[in-house]
Amino acid sequence: MSVLIFADQADGIIKKASFEALSYGNKVAALLDTTAEALVLGNVTDNVVTLGKYGISKVHTITDISLNHLDTQVYASLIAEAAGKTGATVVVFSQNQTGKAIAARVAAKLKAGLVAGACALPDVSSGFVVKKTVFSGKAYANISINTPIKVISLNPNSFPVTVAEGNAEVSVLNINIPESKVKVTNINKIVGEIPLTEADIVVSGGRGLRGPENWGMIEALAQSLHAALACSRPVADANWRPHHEHVGQTGYQIAPNLYIAIGISGAIQHLAGVNRSKVIVVINTDPEAPFFKSADYGIVGDAFVVVPKLTEEINKLIEKNSH
Amino acid sequence: MKILVCLSKSPDTTSKIAFKDNNTLFEDAGVQWIINPYDEWYALVRAIELKEKDVSTTIHLITVGNADCDAIIRKALAIGGDEAIRINVQNNDSYYIAAQIAEVAKQNNYDLILTGKESIDYNTSSIGGTIAELLDMPFISLATKLVIEGSNAIVTRDIEGGEETAEVSLPLVLSCAKGMAEQRIPNMRGIMAARTKPLKVLEPAAIETFTSVVNYEVKPAKTSVKLIAADNVAELARLLHEEVKAF
Ligand SMILES: Cc1cc2nc3c(=O)[nH]c(=O)nc-3n(C[C@H](O)[C@H](O)[C@H](O)COP(=O)(O)OP(=O)(O)OC[C@H]3O[C@@H](n4cnc5c(N)ncnc54)[C@H](O)[C@@H]3O)c2cc1C
Ligand SMILES: Nc1ncnc2c1ncn2[C@@H]1O[C@H](COP(=O)(O)O)[C@@H](O)[C@H]1O
Repeated sequence: MSVLIFADQADGIIKKASFEALSYGNKVAALLDTTAEALVLGNVTDNVVTLGKYGISKVHTITDISLNHLDTQVYASLIAEAAGKTGATVVVFSQNQTGKAIAARVAAKLKAGLVAGACALPDVSSGFVVKKTVFSGKAYANISINTPIKVISLNPNSFPVTVAEGNAEVSVLNINIPESKVKVTNINKIVGEIPLTEADIVVSGGRGLRGPENWGMIEALAQSLHAALACSRPVADANWRPHHEHVGQTGYQIAPNLYIAIGISGAIQHLAGVNRSKVIVVINTDPEAPFFKSADYGIVGDAFVVVPKLTEEINKLIEKNSH
Repeated sequence: MKILVCLSKSPDTTSKIAFKDNNTLFEDAGVQWIINPYDEWYALVRAIELKEKDVSTTIHLITVGNADCDAIIRKALAIGGDEAIRINVQNNDSYYIAAQIAEVAKQNNYDLILTGKESIDYNTSSIGGTIAELLDMPFISLATKLVIEGSNAIVTRDIEGGEETAEVSLPLVLSCAKGMAEQRIPNMRGIMAARTKPLKVLEPAAIETFTSVVNYEVKPAKTSVKLIAADNVAELARLLHEEVKAF
């Protein structure tokens, strides 16, 4: 018996969302009185021994370079086989883009019940019940998994990373890699920006900013906070900002730890994309803007005054703390 | 080419989310049902575009659900599907739904099976991958572009911080995301034609379920926003530092 956590990587680096999944899997293993083991596919530059920090006793690796590209058929077959070899009764993914591509496939292969979008540890007091977000973050469902093997895909930014001392044992898995039917022909990465779906902090602007020429102050705030940029749909539609920054029902759905909404009214279709953020800050001139109802902190005020001032105050504090 | 488009019904985005029967069932009284937006805007419309390029294409629509779904299926037929299949059962287990669809697919040799990237009610992003596994087909998720060249598909998908393009031979399962196509409004001719297009209602195949819903919880409303005066921005910076630990 074990809990097997799939540690997803990009460009040889284990993703932050995976550290959450590892920490989560470690806690699940503790609940079940068993060990947490990890699986890493492809060639990573990280030293996987250090995954011991997250409570992982053993890291299984298949280092073939071809695995640096995701092919759901190949991945599912390897992960399912690894789950069999390690006697995993629970397999954990992060519900990031990779998790969305493979968790269901692995679950189907293992004839295992899946909870995708989990946001809390399972309740194992009677059975195995996992809480997940439903209705775009407006509600939760408690789902009972009724199969011997369980698959959980954990929402990003919904479980804290816990770090302790320790090294993991590394074991190279000997599994035949099936031939891939998917030939990657091109990869286009946006350079020099923090990817929106991975970001811890997101600074977002709406129509209240009046035009693309006013985004300098938004970028400055984002830079101080190491945040990714986002925008509302009309802003992307008007080409004030690129489409890959558009969040909401029709854009990206994100769940950062902190979402700062500037000059955005908080329409329900916008909220559908950002509701799962842990903390929401709203800056808007209109005290009646619906966004304030979903916010944790708010300033009723003019963004053109508040935002530069906020950046200045944040920079001051950062400066002060570095001494 | 034969295309299968998977459609689910979902409550209109602006619906109030509430539950009944001790929070074990979704409260559907007064709810306006719509086609899950990603299924409609991206999967269905892309299928129609492919048919417009190659008229020999046929588009089947499939929904696993009860008779409440018929109105949205008719709408999808009006936008442009050729015929529809509804598996007459209400069930929330993703494996069960996907396996019902896979059973139908096994008898029809589809070249392409399209789903939306996720349902806006259950948000699991899992039906497409499960269908692909049950049919042993390649599956590409969060696809933003699809070009068919002979028996090959050229698919672009979102990856963290960018996009990736791959070539893969048909048959194939895709989950469709923004970029794939643009929303279309059904026209009068489509609406008239949809009335006579076949909508087959099939009883479900015997398939096991792997999960069950214990209950639902409405997310508690935020305990009112902490407002900071506009002339005291330093206080917000302090809170972001000390309470939120943002930096
Ligand atoms: C089917 C459908 C799907 C949709 N999908 C999306 C989606 O994915 N994402 C999305 O964002 N929208 C989506 N929308 C649109 C959505 O309904 C809203 O129209 C949109 O979110 C509004 O954008 P906004 O808040 O930037 O603009 P507005 O609603 O115009 O709000 C601007 C806000 O800025 C404030 N403001 C003005 N001046 C200042 C100032 N100087 N300082 C501070 N604040 C100021 C105003 O008080 C106002 O609240 C969708 C709509 C539909 C019908
Ligand atoms: N009951 C259903 N019937 C047919 N297709 C469905 C059903 N539920 C979900 N789908 C399809 O699967 C996609 C992903 O749904 P989900 O896995 O629930 O997030 C949706 O966008 C639909 O295309």
